[in-house]
Amino acid sequence: MAQNKHNRFVMRDRQWHPRPYAPAYKTSVARAPQQPLVSLQTPTASELTGPDFDRFALGRFDNDLLLNFRSGTAQDGLPIGERIIVHGRVVDQYNKPVAGTLVEIWQANAGGKYRHIKDGYLAPLDPNFGGVGRTITDDDGWYRFRTVKPGPYPWPNDVNSWRPAHIHVSVMGPSISTRLITQLYFEGDPLIPLCPIVNTLDDPEAVATLVARLDKAAARPMDCLAYRFDIVTRGALQTYFENAS
Amino acid sequence: MTRPTHDEGLSYPETPSQTAGPFVHIGLALDVAGLPPRASEIGPEIAAADATGEAIEIHGRVIDGNGDPVEDIFVEAWQADAHGVYQTDYRAEHAFRGFGRSAPSATDDGWWTFYTVKPGRVAHPGGQPMAPHINLMLFARGINIHLHTRLYFDDEHQANAGCPFFNALPPSRRDTLIARRDTQADTPRYRFEIHLQGPQETVFFDF
Ligand SMILES: [Fe+3]
Repeated sequence: MAQNKHNRFVMRDRQWHPRPYAPAYKTSVARAPQQPLVSLQTPTASELTGPDFDRFALGRFDNDLLLNFRSGTAQDGLPIGERIIVHGRVVDQYNKPVAGTLVEIWQANAGGKYRHIKDGYLAPLDPNFGGVGRTITDDDGWYRFRTVKPGPYPWPNDVNSWRPAHIHVSVMGPSISTRLITQLYFEGDPLIPLCPIVNTLDDPEAVATLVARLDKAAARPMDCLAYRFDIVTRGALQTYFENAS
Repeated sequence: MTRPTHDEGLSYPETPSQTAGPFVHIGLALDVAGLPPRASEIGPEIAAADATGEAIEIHGRVIDGNGDPVEDIFVEAWQADAHGVYQTDYRAEHAFRGFGRSAPSATDDGWWTFYTVKPGRVAHPGGQPMAPHINLMLFARGINIHLHTRLYFDDEHQANAGCPFFNALPPSRRDTLIARRDTQADTPRYRFEIHLQGPQETVFFDF
């Protein structure tokens, strides 16, 4: 279902989003713009459109991180770690499902190591785990992945900074106005309140919306646990006509 | 898990952003991370060689507040086709895709590239045409919420001078959105330097 209707969107609440300049997260100091953002009073077709991916061809195992990095046969091994389902709905701020949108994830393996040439952490790679997935939401906005729970990992910020276990989540939404990249954390992780990246958010309620909840009802008995993570994209206001006078 | 915000009446708060981090490439630019490609990837080819329009390359770099190139930057581009129409149905098999992703690899010194065609003119809601431009989104470690900017072309003087969007910007900062045509290259190529801070700080938009 094509999403592009040239809708305008509820204004982004920049106080609710993370502070761009957050000195406890050291890299932000030289990378946060110093000038105020220029607010567009009249968004144009350039801002109100975006790519629809509902007819983008995905591979059969693109949303199954337990299977999508194996070299090919059923005899190949499975990744090490807690087997989990991560699922939820993408809805807009008025609770309308965002159908046909591309949701992409990437994560470290169960030991906290990324399959990235620049990740120098001493934890080992898992030969059966790539750590990347993508899917497209269904008509009711649902998405679903199968993966292993990522491990926490240390990073060079303060001398003893550790990231809570997290999955990076990217959502396109119906236009470039709704583009969003965030991180999913796991309920009960004691590293969450200690993390300088989490703490770029001022409002504890905002942090709470990034914490996936154990969803025992959706677990597969004797197979894998499930976590629920809903995503809210900007609310579509009224239809905008490109040639309206 | 979500609650209505006080200022928007019946609406729920948007999911807050978090930085894409230093390893964004394993998810969104697999080749840069050293991962094998899947059956289809969204890459730096916004338009294939057989797309309608003038083939161009965009060669860009993002500079941080210390003057250093941001080597782990990840960039997305969205543009109209040569006729000034946004083609929203993204498919890998289309000659013109309109959307692309690019990131420098380890040996690129922070330079990233898009392969595309020069966009046509899109109407401003007021009715006048806007000058050709490409919409860019920047994601990286240390960027807590992605940045939106626009790239304009230095060889579109007249169109730029008449562009209602461009002319609404503070005159002292308009120049930060201009890509310069590199006359040495075979394929028309434009260089675009984005500054995150400092006296040449690029204009970033909220919309
Ligand atoms: Fe991470």
